[in-house]
Amino acid sequence: MSDTALRTPFPERAGAALKDAFLQEALKIATTKFIDLRKESFAGFPQGEALRDRARAIKEATLQHLDVHLERLADNVERLGGTVHWATTAEEAREIVLRLCRDRGVRMAVKSKSMATEEIDLNEALEHAGVTPVETDLGEYIIQLAHEKPSHIIAPAIHKTKGQVAELFSRELRGEFPADPEVLTAVARKALREKFLQADMGITGANFAIAETGTVVLVTNEGNGRMVTSLPRIHVALMGIEKVIPSMSDLVVFLAILARSATGQKLSSYTTLVRGPRRVGELEGPEEFHLILLDNGRSRQIASTLREALYCLRCGACLNVCPVYRQIGGHAYGYTYPGPIGILLTAMLKGNESVRELAHASSLCGACKDVCPVRIDIPRMLIELREHLDRERIAPWSERLAFKAFRRLLLSPGAFRLTARAGRWLQLPFVREGRLRGLPLLFSSWTRTRDLPPVAARTFRELWKELR
Amino acid sequence: MITCLGDVFFPEVGVAMVRLLRRLGVEVDFPEAQTCCGMPLFNSGYHRDAAQVAARTVKLFEDAPHVIVPSGSCAWMVKAEYPGLLKHDPALRAAAESLARRTRELSQFLVEVLGITKIESPFHGKVTYHDSCHLLRGLGESASPRALLRGVPGVELVELPGADQCCGFGGSFSVRLPEVSTAILDKKLANVEATGARCLVACDAGCLMQMGGGLTRRGSAVKAVHLAQVLAGELPA
Repeated sequence: MSDTALRTPFPERAGAALKDAFLQEALKIATTKFIDLRKESFAGFPQGEALRDRARAIKEATLQHLDVHLERLADNVERLGGTVHWATTAEEAREIVLRLCRDRGVRMAVKSKSMATEEIDLNEALEHAGVTPVETDLGEYIIQLAHEKPSHIIAPAIHKTKGQVAELFSRELRGEFPADPEVLTAVARKALREKFLQADMGITGANFAIAETGTVVLVTNEGNGRMVTSLPRIHVALMGIEKVIPSMSDLVVFLAILARSATGQKLSSYTTLVRGPRRVGELEGPEEFHLILLDNGRSRQIASTLREALYCLRCGACLNVCPVYRQIGGHAYGYTYPGPIGILLTAMLKGNESVRELAHASSLCGACKDVCPVRIDIPRMLIELREHLDRERIAPWSERLAFKAFRRLLLSPGAFRLTARAGRWLQLPFVREGRLRGLPLLFSSWTRTRDLPPVAARTFRELWKELR
Repeated sequence: MITCLGDVFFPEVGVAMVRLLRRLGVEVDFPEAQTCCGMPLFNSGYHRDAAQVAARTVKLFEDAPHVIVPSGSCAWMVKAEYPGLLKHDPALRAAAESLARRTRELSQFLVEVLGITKIESPFHGKVTYHDSCHLLRGLGESASPRALLRGVPGVELVELPGADQCCGFGGSFSVRLPEVSTAILDKKLANVEATGARCLVACDAGCLMQMGGGLTRRGSAVKAVHLAQVLAGELPA
């Protein structure tokens, strides 16, 4: 989202999303479908729970020696003839890609779906440098045509109804297309086929990278990942440093739970394993292979509050079950990664200041933790994040003052009792049919949409004197 | 333990719990110096402040063999978070761990400690049950409240579609993002009304405040009640 859009406070962005009837319809259908598919898939897979534990343990152990695994990965990629680049910041990562484009005369790049490239705003940088980026994942293609950003980690166009996509295609691709997903997919397929053949560079992310073999793994459903990694003469893969895993046997564990968590599939339709550029005697594959290892704030968190967020597989399951995400969708969050995990990732990549409001965009219901394939305790980490907002004085002073006053009230039973008594008098003008309505000030946030029970005529502690 | 919302807004729940427990032969005491478990402070990130409240509460309940809370979230706070909050003081930490072991949410106490699932109550009619997030996912409890409701002869329990989904309360979340909170609530209440139940039962003061507030605002005939009220047969008119 642009900086101007981010200047609108989060509650207003969320409010606008609630009023968007198309968004509400699209979200309800899609998230419900994802939830049901995931549930069904794990119900028929009893070993799933143990595999989730195992996957978490692998992530934990890998992060303990992240440097060792990354160096091993880099060595193996180079041994296979690839080139490895280390990028500390988003800017460095962009510069690496742009330099490759300049040096090799790249004018068009086809892309397979990648959140890491979204994270560094690569498309904007490419366009600015005169290189045409073409998204080839159907959802990404849709939002690129619409000049939007993804609103879900695995279903970037989840916020659009098929009617909206038909309108968009009819306008942008000049035709009259019905709101039929099959027809629309065929239209996109035809338009993209030419791009695959024209492109000089293929850009992908990486779901995993295997240190022991130097393999980059892509999990996709449309086959576009294969075209992107095999047709253009250069393949550039961009991955966050936390995506490295030690061995092929670890990969098996993750593959067994990733697609199940994301879409309820046993495996995604395509699992693409890329090992370096084309070798002598091979018929296909790129002439050059580049792997960019992106830090961008990640290593800072290895021994810190947000550590567990580095386990994230980007499956999107936590978004689908989150009551907040289900109401407001991804764009309202305002950053690359939406939903509960997105709040943590945003804090990691952009700093705690950026999540002053977002840190509270959760009822802490815990549904996210329940479905996370690697059992990231997201609610717990959100609470930790909020603690940092207090300690670093990022939370507004008025809020901090109010909570300190509340603490004093809780530490003094006398004051607590008196406050209840005062409330009993102050509420009198607002009691309607035994309920509180139309309260002023802060309380109006509650009573605008809900009734509040009045302070009881006699509180429990007052009644206790007779009960005793 | 009768925590803040229960004391000030829902004293009838506490009264119902006391009467119920006495009827079952439990001797009940209420340390009058208690106020709140401190969860509102904790969840908003004010951990040093919450620790002071926890330290106080731990001492107030030092001598009780069982501490019973009619609110899943407060029980979870005491059980899951008190020991961590007080970890820097070995004596307090030990006291917190002891309190965590002795603390139970009401339905869990009735089923696990007293071994009761059949309670005679004059309450009758069709009810539905909402799983509060902290009781369900925090304390892992979904069976005890349902078993107790089924155990009341006149009660017919109908399952609530999406019973395990949040009601949108979330403490300060409900006033920080009131529109989102209410949108979540509206979905919940639509499901509640579709069940045809006359009462919506829950085991948490927060959820009852949220769902009850939504029900009366929309003029619904469904009443939000606490499990203790059903079991004690003490319903408001």
